[in-house]
Amino acid sequence: MSERLKVRKTYKLYIGGKFPRSESGRTDLVDGDNVARASRKDARDAVVAARKAQPGWAGATAYNRGQILYRAAEMLEARRAEFKHLGVSGEEVSASTDRLVWYAGWADKLAQVTGNANPVAGPFFNLSAPEPTGVVGVIAPPSLLGLVSVVAPAIVTGNTVVVISTGPQVAITLAETWATSDLPGGVVNILTGDPAEVAPWLASHDDVNALDLTAVADAALAADLEREAAGTLKRVLRPAGAEADFTTDPGLRPMTALLETKTVWHPKGF
Amino acid sequence: MSFLDYAPAPESRSVVTIESSYGLFIDGEFGPGKATFKTINPADEQTLAEVALAGSEDVDRAVAAARRAFPAWSGLPGAERAKYLFRIARIIQERSRELAVLESLDNGKPIKESRDVDLPLVAAHFFYYAGWADKLEYAGFGPAPRPLGVAGQVIPWNFPLLMLAWKIAPALATGNTVVLKPAETTPLSALFFADVCRQAELPAGVVNIVTGAGDTGRYLVEHPDVNKVAFTGSTDVGRQIARAVAGTGKRLTLELGGKAANIVFDDAAIDQAVEGIVNGIFFNQGHVCCAGSRLLVQESIAEELLDSLKRRMATLRVGDPLDKNTDVGAINSAAQLARITELTEAGDAEGAERWSPPCELPGQGFWFAPTIFTGVTQAHRIAREEIFGPVLSVLTFRTPAEAIEKANNTPYGLSAGIWSEKGSRILAVADKLRAGVVWANTFNKFDPTSPFGGFKESGYGREGGRHGLEAYLV
Repeated sequence: MSERLKVRKTYKLYIGGKFPRSESGRTDLVDGDNVARASRKDARDAVVAARKAQPGWAGATAYNRGQILYRAAEMLEARRAEFKHLGVSGEEVSASTDRLVWYAGWADKLAQVTGNANPVAGPFFNLSAPEPTGVVGVIAPPSLLGLVSVVAPAIVTGNTVVVISTGPQVAITLAETWATSDLPGGVVNILTGDPAEVAPWLASHDDVNALDLTAVADAALAADLEREAAGTLKRVLRPAGAEADFTTDPGLRPMTALLETKTVWHPKGF
Repeated sequence: MSFLDYAPAPESRSVVTIESSYGLFIDGEFGPGKATFKTINPADEQTLAEVALAGSEDVDRAVAAARRAFPAWSGLPGAERAKYLFRIARIIQERSRELAVLESLDNGKPIKESRDVDLPLVAAHFFYYAGWADKLEYAGFGPAPRPLGVAGQVIPWNFPLLMLAWKIAPALATGNTVVLKPAETTPLSALFFADVCRQAELPAGVVNIVTGAGDTGRYLVEHPDVNKVAFTGSTDVGRQIARAVAGTGKRLTLELGGKAANIVFDDAAIDQAVEGIVNGIFFNQGHVCCAGSRLLVQESIAEELLDSLKRRMATLRVGDPLDKNTDVGAINSAAQLARITELTEAGDAEGAERWSPPCELPGQGFWFAPTIFTGVTQAHRIAREEIFGPVLSVLTFRTPAEAIEKANNTPYGLSAGIWSEKGSRILAVADKLRAGVVWANTFNKFDPTSPFGGFKESGYGREGGRHGLEAYLV
């Protein structure tokens, strides 16, 4: 009996909870796979999906968001063999899974750490609490741990993201874990392709609130994107330097940089 | 004069001595700049003083002085830095009558406001941040937070000394040194503050004041040896600064424009809401980035509310800023008056209906009567653009969902107001408003402990409170 012919996977984009091809019809050959090369219009569609999903995701309870991120960790753990096949070490899958678990736990705690009551000099209730900034454009590092480390802190607080990835097989396989984690469609959108081509469209897009450039190695590209982002005063996370290290404790900054502080006043009186 | 009218009650101008000219305050000394300009009293257009204009070399000197002062200042124990700030707060309290009169003269704001709002908040801000200087490791920004270095700070003309306090107090408490540029139409209180620093024996170079216009601000913001830029002003200039700072690694906070919705539901306490609306838009002549400049009133009570509002507006006293009875003072400059005039003319042209109470305006100086526009749609320029004057645009809504949608239908997101007697409605609406400060059954309240700053194109970063420390720490 002859050996069974393998059923290969097609790596497409991840937009609005679905896996469409690039509207441009373009693919790149990466490690033997034809992977989608996203276009300006794919970026536009992804922003529409992210915006549509954002109020519902931000409006979900923090407990619910935490549960979903934890579920994503379970799904990632279960795909260990597939990631290994893509060349991701078992250690990296473990670290990525653990990071998701870490962020899942932050969902219903961050407001307690970053918000506070303010003792104003008058008879007022006054409370500052964090809120998601909205839709975040992310230029992601190619590694699994890097990708998890930029997406999880953005979404755990209620933002939705449009990610540009240069590691297509890993990114789309990770997307499959999110698609099976009860994460509402559109919360995470992944475009694979060339950041230099697609990122400027996100940087100048009026409906994107923030831009995460942590993983951008090209300083000139990062500066250009930051200048573009100034047009609508997007919040910008600047590049982490030549080699972003995702193995260390990320601290709160990846989450707090994508939050707004809202302060509510109300008089006290009988 | 009827028995209901108020007799004039002018505050004494003699409590402040304004010199005929002022220099730049660099490295603890006043000295000349590359040119001079005049600052006037907007209430009578008379020159108050001639002020030095800082050129790029002057800004270089100021930044160099701040850089030289940085190691020693940041190396001081926090408790010692705190004591300098407490000293400054105390001196401001002692000199607050003088500074209030000065602020009203240079800015045009009513003495009632500079005396009862600006100056008390200035002193309170220094007191508040003084106490943080030796407690930074407990602020929640890591176990060993460090200062950034030299902060370049550019402030507007609407609350000159208060905006200075918002910038300088947290910067110094965290161990940074500063170069601050006040607005060109209101430079005097910053120069008096320089004198306060000397009285407090603050080390030379820790605070430097460079006066001038847009070019001076640009030299400062673009200076390569500045580590941190903090700006309060228009969204357009904020964009230019964000562009200029891109790629430099400088830290940046921006507090920009607003077009706040003040939402009145049908169950609101009408008289309180009317007071809140008046305070929201006519406080400080409406020269307030967080002014409640769009009134969203539920349709069923619109007529009743507008009647009350008009009655209340008819009692506003517009005139001499130094009169203790004055409610609405002078517009800060001819340029700002022209902008308000242009936008209100656009309101007329686009079909909104203008109303102002009968009100006699002084013959000299820059004045604009309190004004409301009804019949305003969301597409009108007066509903979209920041007027920064005593002009209220009135829109109506039927359901909470419509109110929220209209309130958020702006690129700005600085502040918002909600008037309702129903707690659950207030909290649900507050959750959905995309604004950094939400005042419920109150408006235009400020406190040094309470963070202030915007969502969206109203800028980023927070000033005030524990949150305000983050902008000056790494």
